[in-house]
Amino acid sequence: MRISLAAFVSCLALPAAAETPVLTVLTYDSFISEWGPGPAVEKAFEASCSCDVRFVAGGDGAALLARLQLEGPASEADVVLGLDTNLTAAAAATGLFAPHGQPAATALPLPYDDPLFLPYDWGWFAFVFDRTKLPEPPKSFADLAASDLKIVIQDPRSSTPGLGLLMWVKAAHGDAAAGVWAGLADNILTVTPGWSEAYGLFLEGEADMVLSYTTSPAYHRIAEGDDTKDWALFSEGHYLQIELAGVLAASDQPDLAKSFLAFTQTPEFQAVIPTTNWMYPAAEIPLPEGFETSRPETSLLLGAEEAQAARDPALAEWQAALAQ
Amino acid sequence: MASGARAIGAVAVLLVAAPLAAVAFRAGGLSLSPADWAALRFTLWQAALSALISVALAVPVARALARRRFPGRSALITLMGAPFLLPVIVAVMGLLALFGRGGAVNAALSALGLPALSIYGLQGVLIAHVFLNLPLATRMILQGWLAIPAERFRLAESLSFTPAQTFRHLERPMLAEVLPGALATVFALCLTSFAVALILGGGPRATTLELAIYQAVRFDFDLAHAAGLALVQVLVGGAAALAAWAAARQAGFGAGLDREIPLTAPAGWRLGADALALGLAALFLLAPMAAVVIKGAPGLMDLPAQVWPALARSVLVALASVLLTLGAALGLALGAARGLRWLDIAAALPLATSGLVLGTGLFLLVHPLAPPTSLALPVTVMVNALLALPFAFRLLAPEALALKADYGRLADSLDLRGPARLRLLILPRLARPLGFAAGLVAALSMGDLGVIALFAGEQQATLPLVIQRLTAAYRMEAAAGASLLLVTASLALFWIMDRRGRHAAA
Repeated sequence: MRISLAAFVSCLALPAAAETPVLTVLTYDSFISEWGPGPAVEKAFEASCSCDVRFVAGGDGAALLARLQLEGPASEADVVLGLDTNLTAAAAATGLFAPHGQPAATALPLPYDDPLFLPYDWGWFAFVFDRTKLPEPPKSFADLAASDLKIVIQDPRSSTPGLGLLMWVKAAHGDAAAGVWAGLADNILTVTPGWSEAYGLFLEGEADMVLSYTTSPAYHRIAEGDDTKDWALFSEGHYLQIELAGVLAASDQPDLAKSFLAFTQTPEFQAVIPTTNWMYPAAEIPLPEGFETSRPETSLLLGAEEAQAARDPALAEWQAALAQ
Repeated sequence: MASGARAIGAVAVLLVAAPLAAVAFRAGGLSLSPADWAALRFTLWQAALSALISVALAVPVARALARRRFPGRSALITLMGAPFLLPVIVAVMGLLALFGRGGAVNAALSALGLPALSIYGLQGVLIAHVFLNLPLATRMILQGWLAIPAERFRLAESLSFTPAQTFRHLERPMLAEVLPGALATVFALCLTSFAVALILGGGPRATTLELAIYQAVRFDFDLAHAAGLALVQVLVGGAAALAAWAAARQAGFGAGLDREIPLTAPAGWRLGADALALGLAALFLLAPMAAVVIKGAPGLMDLPAQVWPALARSVLVALASVLLTLGAALGLALGAARGLRWLDIAAALPLATSGLVLGTGLFLLVHPLAPPTSLALPVTVMVNALLALPFAFRLLAPEALALKADYGRLADSLDLRGPARLRLLILPRLARPLGFAAGLVAALSMGDLGVIALFAGEQQATLPLVIQRLTAAYRMEAAAGASLLLVTASLALFWIMDRRGRHAAA
């Protein structure tokens, strides 16, 4: 027993003794799974950095920010990967982030340049449907409200896409947003805590459409060889979700952290994104075959301050409309 | 013995209170908002209705199981327990295959030209909560029936009691002892409902306290609000436990001789009623389970490699939780039997704890001491043990009390104490509830997502967490397969332990 305990303790001590610098990346759950971008990204960066990349997972984007706020400057994380534009104002206000010093990402449909947060992928929110069951999808929120289609959405109080939809309606319709929600109320079959429950309900045939991304049909086409899923083009334009990385000010590996952020813009990192994270790459690289069939003409995005200011009133409108 | 029980009770209270206090301390206070009252009202209303319906339906089912003997009865009892062991989202998907827009019930209705039923709304929340909790309520009440010594039924028979008289003199006192605890347990479980209430409740009308806590922690980072809400939740659960404790009456049947006595169950319409109760319950509980199996089977062939180490971790965590919980629950139950009734409340408190606040508080407590990822599995074991403690205690407490009443004086007069008393009297007499409790704790621990999501890094994921990661990456088929694996493993653990308990008792 004593011998095995000693062996156990020496195992624990090994990484420290080897003196390879460790870069700790805090990210969301699905990033680090074997089918996510994590393993390939880790391997590619370790090949050039002579360091050890360690991922720590913490739920989704909002959970990451909550976790950083819990840990404060004592966090072991050097880099955070997975915040989005609806969270940046709150994230910047924590004072936990340091400037990343990288040039802006080049392949976004709207210019985005922030000293603290660097995009590594992005996508458009859209309602996804099954072409074989719905030959004529609605062409706008008004169209959708007038139809008797049933949709599943995510709760903006617990999910990032849910919050994205709130911002989408706000960005597209401003003061008329409450009216849009009132019109949609009878189309909303139900509201789920997160993206995966909503998408699961849609795949089970419970709803005609689900709030997801324009890139969701690409998963079915490329990974499953199933071309029946599509997304509905809305005339208002489509709201963007931009996923962001940042360097923590309290990092003990600031240079390594910055070089990791530079690495996120390289083809090695970016080429992994489309078919593991199923989002658009943030740098100009060729898209995989079948990834994109068409794209929206208009992209919508509220600025960081605007999004934060809009959130509480928009949430109140949403709750009032749906609680009827 | 009594001081040990006091210490265990104090630790249980501390484990509920310390994380909550850590969150409140970090936030510098507690707060509530006017919108919370609406959430509290809905939470109480759905939890009360869910508890009443689950327990009311469980009584005829448990009675039929207790007094009828038929081939496959034992397998039916085990299988009917399965819904309670399902991860919530898997249960919801199984129910939707039956009651959803495209489910079997609506397909049958439309074939008959009848209007469709919608599961989305309060009715959906209740159906799901009854589906998840009817098995537990049935088993708790069935334990009560089986705890009535067979000699009492034999005596009733020889006195030519009518079924109504048997009910008045034997079954009603037993129910008066068992039902308050069953009601309080299901009520407290439904208090912390979050995903079921939201998905089937149909939107923000169905906002529960746990969802408000989630929002406060995740999106507002308003820890004072989260702590305030969590405190309300624990207080309501504690009040329910207190009410149950005050309402429960000890039946006091006295000891029996543990003989298997063939009894004649009432015939006539009562036989038909029992068959109907069992048939309907089996259909309601097993049809969605069948949907889970059918959906999961294709994915089983093609499971990702991460699933297997995650399964091993889940099983190890479950076994460690079983040891911890049973030790604590037995200590508490024996202490409560010796008159330390506050232990009843201490053992019930974890039931109403908010998982997210518990995890957040532990994270705050652990973080200054060690990197949370290095403690992911020990913390998970501890939390799973804590959350399962109320169930184990509820199963052991009545029998520990009966044990004390029936054998306490004899054992005392023989000076049977300490380990010898445990080995010769307590463990053999309590083998049945101990085995059942062990199976329940193992299965609960297997299915619990709980705090692991807050603590896990790459190498510590348990099976429920891997399933969550699969669904977050479009891998619904693999997730369904992994869910089926999880359910099978949970049920197997439950079956092995429950069976060991029953065999040791026989």
